[in-house]
Amino acid sequence: MSDLLAQAERILEFQESGEDIEVYLSSGVDTDIQAYQGEIENLSTATSSGIGIRVLRDGAAGAQVGTAWAGSLDDEAVRDALRQARDNAHFATEDEFITFARPDGVAPASLHLSDDSVLKTPLDDKIEMAITLERLVRTGDSRIRQVDSANYADYVAEAVIVSTTGIRAGYERSGTYVSVEAIANDGGNDQTGWGLSAGRAPSEVDITSAAKDAIQRATRMLGAVKPKSMRCTAVFDPRSTATLLAIIGGALSGEAVNYGRSFFANRIGENVASPLFTLSDDPTDPRHFSASVFDGEGLACRRNELIDAGQLKAFVYDTVSAKRAGTASNGCAVRGGIAGSPSAGCRALQLKSGDLDQAEIFRNVGTGIYVESLTGVHSGVNPISGDFSVGVTGLMIRDGELAEPVREITVASTLQRMLLDIAFVGNDVDWLPGSAAGQSLAIEGIAVSGS
Amino acid sequence: MSFSLVEHDVIQHTINEALSRGGDFAEVFVEDRSTSSAILDQRRVEELSSGRDRGAGIRVVVGETTGFAHTADLSQNGLLAAARAAAAVAREGGGGTREIALGALSEHPTNALTLPNDVEKSRKIELLRHADDVARSQGSSITQVQVALGDSSRRFVVANSEGVYASDHQIRTRFNISCVATGDTGMQTGYRPIAGTRGFEILSEEAVEEAARGAAQQAITKLGARPAPSGDLPVVLAGGSGGILFHEACGHGLEADAILKQASVYAGKLGQQVASPLVTLVDDGTVGGEWGYLALDDEGRPSARNVLIENGVLTDYMWDYLRSRKEGRVSSGNGRRQSYQHLPMVRMTNTYLLEGDSDPDEIVAQTPRGVYVAQLGGGQVNTATGDFVFGMTAAFMIEDGKITAPLRDCNLIGNGPQILQRVDAVGNDFSMTPGTCGKDGQSVPVGTGQATMRLSAVTIGGTAS
Repeated sequence: MSDLLAQAERILEFQESGEDIEVYLSSGVDTDIQAYQGEIENLSTATSSGIGIRVLRDGAAGAQVGTAWAGSLDDEAVRDALRQARDNAHFATEDEFITFARPDGVAPASLHLSDDSVLKTPLDDKIEMAITLERLVRTGDSRIRQVDSANYADYVAEAVIVSTTGIRAGYERSGTYVSVEAIANDGGNDQTGWGLSAGRAPSEVDITSAAKDAIQRATRMLGAVKPKSMRCTAVFDPRSTATLLAIIGGALSGEAVNYGRSFFANRIGENVASPLFTLSDDPTDPRHFSASVFDGEGLACRRNELIDAGQLKAFVYDTVSAKRAGTASNGCAVRGGIAGSPSAGCRALQLKSGDLDQAEIFRNVGTGIYVESLTGVHSGVNPISGDFSVGVTGLMIRDGELAEPVREITVASTLQRMLLDIAFVGNDVDWLPGSAAGQSLAIEGIAVSGS
Repeated sequence: MSFSLVEHDVIQHTINEALSRGGDFAEVFVEDRSTSSAILDQRRVEELSSGRDRGAGIRVVVGETTGFAHTADLSQNGLLAAARAAAAVAREGGGGTREIALGALSEHPTNALTLPNDVEKSRKIELLRHADDVARSQGSSITQVQVALGDSSRRFVVANSEGVYASDHQIRTRFNISCVATGDTGMQTGYRPIAGTRGFEILSEEAVEEAARGAAQQAITKLGARPAPSGDLPVVLAGGSGGILFHEACGHGLEADAILKQASVYAGKLGQQVASPLVTLVDDGTVGGEWGYLALDDEGRPSARNVLIENGVLTDYMWDYLRSRKEGRVSSGNGRRQSYQHLPMVRMTNTYLLEGDSDPDEIVAQTPRGVYVAQLGGGQVNTATGDFVFGMTAAFMIEDGKITAPLRDCNLIGNGPQILQRVDAVGNDFSMTPGTCGKDGQSVPVGTGQATMRLSAVTIGGTAS
């Protein structure tokens, strides 16, 4: 870490008059293993590092910013990136709202997000985890016909963000992740199911539960039918709910709101959701796989209440979108690695738990559909208009219990309508990898398109 | 040699190091990629970005196991270290060491006329502004316009223990325009891409203006959209973007990695009638200038035109080195990877349905009630079950054989094998559309294409009855 910080700070010394420089450096070590039929199929190991530089020039009508990146930290690559970023800045439109983050006095949370057992665990042990995962699924149920892939992945990464406007931030994180896809068949059509488990260290990953999850999801879809079109209550499982929350989070981006690209624009203070819906973004909660000490501009991450009992309270902002909106950043800059510029986004969404477990929700719903997987989310959800239409697989809920499996259907509504139509929020929070945790969520009045 | 990032002798030495523990096959892939992008948003040039990434990926195959390592350190020491890391999968070590000798490099220059670096940044900005002006001039309801321009220059050298030693230079240029129209019913969006494995020459003023008008008109038209129906209806797909349906509905299921793992509904069906006789499906990396065009795939194999389904009969799958080796055949030139940091796998290039002889207007006229899809968005498929979804981003009702009311965005859903049987008319107005295909975390540029065609029934995932 101190090496990376020192290297980043040396680059700041190239600052010229009338400009500011921001440097983002990262480096990491990755292991990826796939097992297939009792053997290693692929084993890959890599170290990587890179730099993202932004140069900000002051002009008469505001500042201009230019960016450049390189997948290497060697001197030539760094010099070239700085030169390109500087040149690119000349072509940007001068904009009074363009600025770099400055320290805002919010203290960084004390979080331990890196576990050195990722590096200390012998490679053979990691290989054994992948092979065991594959075997557990392949032999766990006679109806499992094939395991498409059983994956183990881990990483340790460090990153620093420094700027001539006073930002000095650095963090380390690690992660371990296993996933497996099972294909089940009992004489009819194939069905598939994914299982996964994630943690910061190999010891936090639960192979047995990932295997069970994949087997259950695949086998209970066997014999799935395409039901008739209907309108009913849909109960989203924790994974599907996490996907929905991430979409909602995208529409809460201050940037999207500033530009009118969100159905939440101009609705602060309005009741946009059911009173059961209380949503926060809190990267300082270490239970989130995506927990973080610093945001993508090097400001301390913090807890932000976004929707409280259905009432829209706040958006998430980075420095520029906040300034444009006449407010201050609330520490929500996200950044897609070295090649990405900071933008406003959520990283650790959590929906406040309800009182019911999943079985109780099914009993309360009586008749409906249980959604176990969503497909076509990137093509079927429009966060500007709120139109929502996605493919699902799952099971019918009849007499308050899970019944026959269903497939090749879509569920549709609008995001606005869905938020208001929430009937139950579960207490079964699953701390999934990604930008949101999830729990069972029942939404009324969903249009199901089948035959 | 025009591509001297790593010398012949160093590459040869690296391959031999990779084989030193007894691998059956070793490969060195060295890549140097420069990219640039510019975005105009809300009439402001928000960001120009430049990127440079270079490094090497080294692969060693031992039996059924592949070892892989990548490094950004292209010195001899860096490459040898990566070769040893990749070779670590040869766990017994020792036996069968062999030395290979590479011949001369087979080079493939780019077909681009105007290289990215030869275009002034100011010229790119002018083009973005012009597109913005044209889009906004389409109507006062256009409230937002976002225009993006990106280009990449990707050079690679690939060498392997079977004597492949070749380089390719791929230039790609892409332009996108997105418009938002605002009306009493809320906001609607319109989108048009222009993209090719070409230089800046694809962005003529006329092409850019047409895209800008198209995106703006699409958003304006959708302001009057009504909710899409729910349930099964005949669907007419306009030529071009409908090709994504075949990419998703069967293309992924015809990739040999899924086939060999028995994870595709098309496994074991060679020679069988899997589609309507109107369907002839081709994957073709040789279509010059298209978004999925390649001279060489990322394993050094020349791209090819591969007929996958002919008159409805399944004729072949798509193959990369590893999968073809298992079957004792040659690769079909479909081994692709996102970058040197990724392992190659079987991927599509330009996947399209050959045109038929129907008049597109007649196809609509002969459809009493259905949905006309002018533009499809992205899609997703489960290759094991064949179930897929894809988004309609511009669609209309067909009533009494005429295109009528615009429809709000929604997904279509279907099953690949079933939908292939339901093709009941194919027009003569073939065209192609660029796309980005994601698989196992890797994205690669692909083209899709078809002529106007009709599917006798598809499930529409709307909310209206």
